[in-house]
Amino acid sequence: MTEMTGSRAFVKALEKQGVEHIFGVSGGALIPICDELLDSDMRFILGRHEQGSTHMADGYARVLNKVGVAIATSGPGATNVVTGLATAQIDSSPVVAITGQVNRAVIGTDAFQECDIIGVSASVTKYNIQVRTPEEIPYAVKRAFHIANTGRKGAVLVDIPKDCTTLSGDMVFPDKVEFRGYNPNPVPNSQELDWAAKILSDAQRPVIMAGGGVIASGASKELVEMAELLMAPTATSLMGKGAIPGDHPLALGLCGMHGTMQANMIVPKSDVLLVVGARFSDRTTGKIADFTANTRIVHIDIDQSEIDKNVETVTRVVGDAKLALQGLIDRVKQQRLISTDWHKRIDEFRCVFDYETEKNGKYLRAPAVVRALREEMPRDAIVTTEVGQNQMWAALHYDAYEPRTFFTSGGLGTMGWGFPASIGAKAAKPDVPVVDIAGDGSFGMTENSMATAVEEELPVIVVVLNNNVLGMVAQWQRLFYDERYSAVKLKGNPDFVKLAEAYGAEGVRVESLDHFRTAVRRAKEADVPTVIDVPIHPDENVMPMVPPGMGLNDTLWEAD
Amino acid sequence: MGGRLMPLSTVAFLVENQPGVLFKVSNLFRRRGFNIESIAVGAVEDTRYARMTISVDADTKTMNNMVDQLDKMVEVIKIKRLDPLRTIMRELLLVKLSTNDPMAREDALRYINNQHGLVLDIDEENIMAEVTGEPGELDQFLEYVKSIGIVEMSRTGITALEKGRLQL
Repeated sequence: MTEMTGSRAFVKALEKQGVEHIFGVSGGALIPICDELLDSDMRFILGRHEQGSTHMADGYARVLNKVGVAIATSGPGATNVVTGLATAQIDSSPVVAITGQVNRAVIGTDAFQECDIIGVSASVTKYNIQVRTPEEIPYAVKRAFHIANTGRKGAVLVDIPKDCTTLSGDMVFPDKVEFRGYNPNPVPNSQELDWAAKILSDAQRPVIMAGGGVIASGASKELVEMAELLMAPTATSLMGKGAIPGDHPLALGLCGMHGTMQANMIVPKSDVLLVVGARFSDRTTGKIADFTANTRIVHIDIDQSEIDKNVETVTRVVGDAKLALQGLIDRVKQQRLISTDWHKRIDEFRCVFDYETEKNGKYLRAPAVVRALREEMPRDAIVTTEVGQNQMWAALHYDAYEPRTFFTSGGLGTMGWGFPASIGAKAAKPDVPVVDIAGDGSFGMTENSMATAVEEELPVIVVVLNNNVLGMVAQWQRLFYDERYSAVKLKGNPDFVKLAEAYGAEGVRVESLDHFRTAVRRAKEADVPTVIDVPIHPDENVMPMVPPGMGLNDTLWEAD
Repeated sequence: MGGRLMPLSTVAFLVENQPGVLFKVSNLFRRRGFNIESIAVGAVEDTRYARMTISVDADTKTMNNMVDQLDKMVEVIKIKRLDPLRTIMRELLLVKLSTNDPMAREDALRYINNQHGLVLDIDEENIMAEVTGEPGELDQFLEYVKSIGIVEMSRTGITALEKGRLQL
């Protein structure tokens, strides 16, 4: 036991967790903690808005598979964190948010900058806890990190009243914490593995769908091995991009509302669908009845509560994806006697969409831009996306070759996530090029994070696919609302080149693919962030598309 | 409470006895759209924990998911869906009946006695009774005394223990 202040104990507890970067914004309730941080080697990356900071911590966490730490003051600081936590939680990203709180004596009195963040954040976190004494701080930190980063990972919030940081106490730093109600077991049950292996071994038309769980558990190698063993075409959810290399012969690409034609056609034709670490989001399945009509689903997930939640399965394996796949591979190898050439049908559905056309009138076409970007980037480059058309173009046209190279707000669909997340990613891997594929609407939401990127010398690249419109909403209005465009036109967009320059970053506007490629090459070498503004046609649609309420078989090819 | 298509499902679970846990449990029900018919909470012999008993009107799929979601909560130590055939379920009712009319008073006392209830308070106008029983028995009792006139009532919600060797 050592006598020290709560803030000292807090900083020490973070150091014991191996924290190297903290993303946040200071404030009244955090002054004692920030003071203590001055004497620590941890790097404080100062945001301009707590939402952005929390996304940075999230991006950092996803790249390194390590807890990202976000810190914010009480009241508005804490409420600004909420979108960041909700985004991290639904995408199972390990983020710990620390919020300051008013002194214990005034909690509940509506004191200045008081907010009941425990109540507010309960629905968007895996766990949250308010510290009640200085001595609880080391335990709370240890618990938070453990819960965030084990089992199905997620967001945890620790709320610390200011007086708990200024007062001293006898501090104990536990080596481990125990929970009677939390003990995730990653090891799959062998009987479940036997049943699943039997069904997979007998499959005539096996298909695999890989979700974010494959990436979270580092099971890409096993996934590819399983795909090759079954000769199973393999689709991914949005979160699963990179689980199988995009250029692998069995890779189908994204399945779902804006899935590839081959994925959306092949998945419903399977007789057995092995779903690994995915949760059957409505955007991935389309109409559920069609999705499950002809196929038997084998579901692997670490989270028991995802089993049979959205889709009824034939059998399940609850546990870590890597361990489950290893167990299945061993069994299927011994049992499978069938060999099919069903995978050859992939080519029937691979459409010859005109991706390569460079221009639509005077505008560059988004698919061509994204494909050119892919060619200019090394295989291990990191891409984040915003949300909307930019996200779907990125998902469709930017092949991810390795796990943990493609990051997006899949579940919550948070516009403004990609740019700050790219800054967090760059802090995590400074030697790898990091690009945010953005739209003008999304970039506008968190563009003030540019100040942080410049200040912290984190030279990310932002490609703004700029159509001066909230593009995905406009696409729905064009296709399903009789072209009645309401609340989508962004006539007052700033000049993004000048905006970048105003922050001390580089800005460039491009009008040809050659010019774009040159700009990307320069940006990769630059010491400051670069914004590449790419004007695109406001009426360009993301295709293919499954109309809302329809099944994957109803995928539209053209928007007419 | 009539018109139910299926019997209520009941789950019992042990939670950390800490501030905010009841909030988190009820918040989970609200968020996932599960409807609570009754909830009862109380201390257990180990003061670190509390036991909750929740009854819901839900189909099997919803019920299974609800149990999984609760089980996932860090604050929930263990949880079990109770088999009605192997469980004793009880609920306590306090009810105040309007008994200005001597005939009504006589009827009230008879119904209370039939249900092995206790008269807790009595004056010129009212009788307050305590009745315990299976939830269905209480429904039945209330049906009988409705014509007498219920001034006010309060039910505790179902509490339950499994029979014999079975335990949470």
